[in-house]
Amino acid sequence: MSGASAGTTTHADAGEVARLEEVARRIRVHVVRVVNHARGGHLGGPLSAADLLAALYFHAMRVRPEDPDWPDRDRFVLSKGHSSIGLYAAMALRGYFPEEELLTFDAAHSRLQGHPDMTRLPGLDMSTGSLGMGISAAMGIALGGRLTGHDIRAFVMLGDGECQEGEVWEAAMAAAKYRLDNLVAIIDHNRLQQFGWHGDGPDGRLPPQVPGELAGKWRAFGWRVLEVDGHDMAAILGVLDEAAHGDGRPTAVIADTVKGKGVSFMEGHYFWHTRLIKPEEFAQAMADLGEPAPAAEEAAR
Amino acid sequence: MTLPMGRPMREIFGETVAELATDDPRIVMLDGDVGSSTRGDIFEQAHPDRYLQMGIAEQNMLGVAAGLATMGLIPFISTFVSFAVVRPLDQIRVLIAQTGLNVKITPGYAGLFTGMTGMSHIIVDDVSIMRAMPGMVTVSPADDVEAAQVLRWAAAYQGPVYVRLVRDATQRLFDESYRFEFGRAVTIREGRDVTLVSTGAQTPRTVDAAELLAAEGIDAHVVHVPTIKPLDVAAIVAAADRTGRVITVEEHTVIGGLGGAVAETLGEHRPTRIDRIGLQDLYIQSGPNDALLDIYGLSAARVSDRVRELLAASR
Ligand SMILES: Cc1ncc(C[n+]2csc(CCOP(=O)(O)OP(=O)(O)O)c2C)c(N)n1
Ligand SMILES: [Mg+2]
Repeated sequence: MSGASAGTTTHADAGEVARLEEVARRIRVHVVRVVNHARGGHLGGPLSAADLLAALYFHAMRVRPEDPDWPDRDRFVLSKGHSSIGLYAAMALRGYFPEEELLTFDAAHSRLQGHPDMTRLPGLDMSTGSLGMGISAAMGIALGGRLTGHDIRAFVMLGDGECQEGEVWEAAMAAAKYRLDNLVAIIDHNRLQQFGWHGDGPDGRLPPQVPGELAGKWRAFGWRVLEVDGHDMAAILGVLDEAAHGDGRPTAVIADTVKGKGVSFMEGHYFWHTRLIKPEEFAQAMADLGEPAPAAEEAAR
Repeated sequence: MTLPMGRPMREIFGETVAELATDDPRIVMLDGDVGSSTRGDIFEQAHPDRYLQMGIAEQNMLGVAAGLATMGLIPFISTFVSFAVVRPLDQIRVLIAQTGLNVKITPGYAGLFTGMTGMSHIIVDDVSIMRAMPGMVTVSPADDVEAAQVLRWAAAYQGPVYVRLVRDATQRLFDESYRFEFGRAVTIREGRDVTLVSTGAQTPRTVDAAELLAAEGIDAHVVHVPTIKPLDVAAIVAAADRTGRVITVEEHTVIGGLGGAVAETLGEHRPTRIDRIGLQDLYIQSGPNDALLDIYGLSAARVSDRVRELLAASR
């Protein structure tokens, strides 16, 4: 990894790293189980983001799950709102609501809507789903924290495809202008989007066309850029610790990830962005994620 | 006899929100690089720390407003109606209307008076769009007196609001004793022959049209509807009952705006013969204000002519 994070070692000990790796594994298990149960929802994006979500909710963010409206909490905006199930899993594991509730995902009247709805679920800091917007809202939160004298940080997670939205760069420009060093944007750089361009990449598709020079673009907009392997927990904790100390600029963490990470047959395939899981695939996924073989009725939803 | 001129609503905007912010530290203003036009500059002078210049980036501006609102701040938006409503429409929908966040969308340059800019700046369908959006209230004040009160009300109201303001000086309808009530229509003139329902800066011209009609023996009942959503259904039904004949008049497309709202309401509650005076299904050219009012049939004289024609046709 190049960038400012090179050479930074985490202050977290090996036990902490192992604990968070287990959290990330359990997020992935929930993602696959719940999406299979609901017969709908996204897989590739939440799986690529799982390690980052674990590190945010169990290490970097100052939150009180038992008091979700605590005014001095750090905020999180999932700008790539289609990865909602990953966020819900992290929140359930962190204690915001019972893990069993995850199975209501996408059901009518559920608090766990297909895309995050802050009016239904306490602890969600913004509603998202239309790509490109979350970063603006997070910028408003960071600016509002400053104006109201709250020492809070605003974290926002974007997809690399999402960075094709012009609004992302409007926000990037304005956040740098306001020197919002309490704003941390994490870009889940998994090199795939929903469909993308036809070409000679994997499965005949090209990676998102903004990336390639993602780091350079954020730097050019006046951001501090930290690059990290988004599946190396110790390294993730390192950059998030570093990002916590502002230097007058907003911070972009560019996390190198694999879409579908953790499930062998999903990794790196655009078509697992969202797709129904077959029973034998479900069993394989559970095995890949270190879970016991599922009961036939759970696999064959 | 015509109603006198009042002050430009845009000045009222800058002054009133600045005054409100003096008493309420939660109030901030976000500008899309047009504060020198919307008179957001008055706020900037009074409260430079709370004047948040967002540059020419309206989508981001509305999103930032949502984030600020989650932190307990009360953002007022300074831009033109066209750039406040349609450019960032999805941001308004997802981040403001669907969340119910406390953002005040208060653009200037509603209707025809945009300083001779032409159709890119003259938006004819903002009321139709915002009124159709679940979770959004839509208010269109008649004059400077009412605009000041609507802005004060908006600051106190919890939740998203859309308030459309006018750039230039328009006629004054109300005196200082007037009290705006959210969700209430106001009877301006009692009459027996036809009910004219009007909104925004058109209402004073509609009142003048009623006086012209009176000189010809047509006694019009005039109702002003500042709050287009939620609509004052009881008042609309009562006003229709009063004459049995309704004509809406608005400086806006006749599709889906006040005319649409009144037609929907009467269709359901009190089927009544109704006509809609307003902009037809077209875009608007640039030109001096009075010329535009005449060309598009919204001057007092043109409205009274049209009302007379419509009444004759349906007699
Ligand atoms: C404004 C908008 N356009 C299109 C979509 C549909 N959509 C949902 S996810 C997605 C691809 C996102 O790709 P990326 O940002 O790279 O996310 P990830 O790879 O992490 O899933 C698209 C096009 C949307 N949700 N919002
Ligand atoms: Mg991607």
